[in-house]
Amino acid sequence: MRESLDPWPFVIAAYALVVGATVLLVAWSWIAMRRAEKRREQARGRS
Amino acid sequence: MDLATPPARPGSRRWTMFASPARFDRFAAVVAGWCWALALLAGVAGLYVGFIVAPTDATQGEAYRILFIHVPTAWLGMAGWSAIALASLVELVWRHPLAALAARGSAVPGAVFAALCLASGSLWGRPAWGTYWVWDGRLTSMLVLLFLYLGYIALANAVQREGGSSRIPAIFGLVGAVNIPIIHYSVIWWNSLHQPPSLGWGTSHMAGPFLWGLLAATLGFTLIFAGVVLARMRALLAQIQAEARLRRKALEA
Repeated sequence: MRESLDPWPFVIAAYALVVGATVLLVAWSWIAMRRAEKRREQARGRS
Repeated sequence: MDLATPPARPGSRRWTMFASPARFDRFAAVVAGWCWALALLAGVAGLYVGFIVAPTDATQGEAYRILFIHVPTAWLGMAGWSAIALASLVELVWRHPLAALAARGSAVPGAVFAALCLASGSLWGRPAWGTYWVWDGRLTSMLVLLFLYLGYIALANAVQREGGSSRIPAIFGLVGAVNIPIIHYSVIWWNSLHQPPSLGWGTSHMAGPFLWGLLAATLGFTLIFAGVVLARMRALLAQIQAEARLRRKALEA
């Protein structure tokens, strides 16, 4: 007997996972960069 | 590795042009912005074609639409380690000051895309094969790649924390590259549920709407990857420069 699955939940889950994780990766990298640059500026500013 | 000051290094000007951290920082800021802007256009176009425009596949029905995100993530999982291996070679042979940063900057996005490739592949496998996972050559070698990424990230972080040589993760990056051809040829060398490659150099087994949607999505994700690598390199550079300055001030005090 062949199992018949509705493919749409799998398609939607895959798209949501990949797009969501990619957006999070971009946001995380951007925030980490800004935070590191701020720390560098603070290190330069201290005397 | 001293990234606080530009290196005085003889040789080709083009080769050493981005060895200056300040010049690289300015270049990366502009290029990363363009990468993300163009990625948005290409990625949205590719995913729109994949999700909405492309017709239903004759054999797989709608489940094949996962292809438009699965293939770019698989490509970037492998491209990330290829970038690590190339940067490691440059680090070991030419001692370029930014090579270690390029390798470390590629590791986290490479690991994320390798994990997304495995997850999206599992979600495709359930309706297409009837199972989320099989221990065949392609899936297993891709899982090994994810473990290699995790090992590389842990090793590179430990080396930075303990003040070890950046040549240690570089050697690991080069040795780990042996897994890339294994992933690529696994579906040819061994029996597999996974289909053989649909795209090769100058060859395609895909019809127009599928092919152009896939190429646009792949371009979009690749540009996102490039922007993320540049942002992470800038973060690592700023972190090293801040630590160097604080150390110098502590010694002067």
